[in-house]
Amino acid sequence: MPSVMLKKNTEGKLVFYVPKKDLEEVAESIEFDKPDKWGGEVLLSDGSKYYFEPMDEQPDFPITLRAKRLDSGE
Amino acid sequence: MAALTREETEALIQEVLEVYPEQARKDRAKHLAVNDQSVEKSNKCITSNRKSQPGVMTIRGCAYAGSKGVVWGPIKDMIHISHGPVGCGQYSRAGRRNYYVGTTGVNAFGTMNFTSDFQEKDIVFGGDKKLAKIMHEIEELFPLNKGISIQSECPIGLIGDDIEAVAKKANKEIGKPVVPVRCEGFRGVSQSLGHHIANDAIRDWVLENRDGDDSFPTTPYDVAVIGDYNIGGDAWASRTLLEEMGLRVVAQWSGDGTIAEMEKTPKVKLNLIHCYRSMNYIARHMEEKYKIPWIEYNFFGPTKIAESLRKIASHFDETIMAGAEKVILKYQAEYDAVIAKYKPRLQGKRVMLYVGGLRPRHVIGAYEDLGMEVVGTGYEFGHNDDYDRTIKEMGNATLIYDDVTGYEFEEFVKRVQPDLIGSGIKEKYIFQKMGIPFRQMHSWDYSGPYHGYDGFAIFARDMDMTLNNPCWKQVKVPWKKDESPSIAIAASA
Ligand code: SF4
Repeated sequence: MPSVMLKKNTEGKLVFYVPKKDLEEVAESIEFDKPDKWGGEVLLSDGSKYYFEPMDEQPDFPITLRAKRLDSGE
Repeated sequence: MAALTREETEALIQEVLEVYPEQARKDRAKHLAVNDQSVEKSNKCITSNRKSQPGVMTIRGCAYAGSKGVVWGPIKDMIHISHGPVGCGQYSRAGRRNYYVGTTGVNAFGTMNFTSDFQEKDIVFGGDKKLAKIMHEIEELFPLNKGISIQSECPIGLIGDDIEAVAKKANKEIGKPVVPVRCEGFRGVSQSLGHHIANDAIRDWVLENRDGDDSFPTTPYDVAVIGDYNIGGDAWASRTLLEEMGLRVVAQWSGDGTIAEMEKTPKVKLNLIHCYRSMNYIARHMEEKYKIPWIEYNFFGPTKIAESLRKIASHFDETIMAGAEKVILKYQAEYDAVIAKYKPRLQGKRVMLYVGGLRPRHVIGAYEDLGMEVVGTGYEFGHNDDYDRTIKEMGNATLIYDDVTGYEFEEFVKRVQPDLIGSGIKEKYIFQKMGIPFRQMHSWDYSGPYHGYDGFAIFARDMDMTLNNPCWKQVKVPWKKDESPSIAIAASA
């Protein structure tokens, strides 16, 4: 369960940062990305997948959240 | 010498790896690569931030060096105690040339060395009492200090002293910030973790000090310069440009910086990061906690400076954007003249770099402004995200080496035959004795500043002065036996 720092970049895309691994990636897709529901599976541009417990509102970015690694993407 | 092709560079890496035993060869192979601009992510081609191989000559430092030497040391109005035996602080004292304004020993302490000077009995019985006593001594002798930081050296972690408790108690007694930093040298694989630990200490012990205190009048144009250590005056040469374009620089982290500036940083509108490697952690923290955006910028060479000024300005209104253009225009005649003078003397010269955590990519633009080409680069303690940012800056088929060993670096240089090497003090004399022009790119070889337009003029002059110095023709390496008269005389004597 890595801690992930999330923020929006200038294009409004979600940027993923895992400090321990120096992983800095843009999220390709997010399962739920609506004003009243956010989270689920997130696919990064390097092919790896993470899972965030869905929540009832958009988090206030930038924010650090815990995520579950779903597959390595390698 | 003509540039190496991709195949030749790959063959060179294989050849250099040849001498290692199998295990070491496997490991080192992961740290050497041929640059390929089409690669998006560096972890596909290079491994970094790993423990160095035992038995090789690495050029890295320790976590204490990263914290005391880099991040905390330059904060001029605090006293930084090198906590432990005397050597760690004494041998590194004032080596980084972080310039500052102030009267040393009265209200500024940058070049002094404070140590708890551990002896055998401190190791056996613990040094907390001694540390507590030192705090009061400091208060008595240097009453104008604005705070104290405790920079742990290796033994502190080994004997398990509770420096946090001492710090808290001293903080109550003297009423100034006292910051314990757990940067024992054995932590991590290089000085890099020391930067991180130092950032975390600032986060935990300094940054919140003025939360909820709005007495500091702010403006919409407040920025902080983060990760400029004012080496040879770098931060000053940068700050003037920012101020000329209409911004107000509230804090300098940490060259010529003060603790008050750091405490005020959460009130700025934008954080400007120069050294990403050593201070991105605190910038990310401020972004999350105080919603302060941050951007990376590069003040080496006119091309990158103009790019950076415009990028910084784009975060503000038209007056600042116009200000940026005005600054670029104002200095144009100056830097055009520098290029006109030095480019013909440096055009086409090839450079190999090996520096710490930022310059291997940041200075490339400045060399290119002078018509030079960087044919090899590498970081002592860079991470993946540094290499991600390097691939695009470097030409295709150039050499990239991570945590290069003394042996590898020498072999690469022998084959690539660069016209100039930019690296650190430990590499300097080896290459100078090989007859290759060398600039020390950590503390600018006692020169500087190199940042900003003013710095570029000095940078260009220094590169020319080194590269075109007639002395290199006089240096004959011993293994090249030729008819040089001086050798003949020496042999017959
Ligand atoms: S590794 Fe330890 S003993 Fe050596 S300089 Fe660093 S802190 Fe001092």
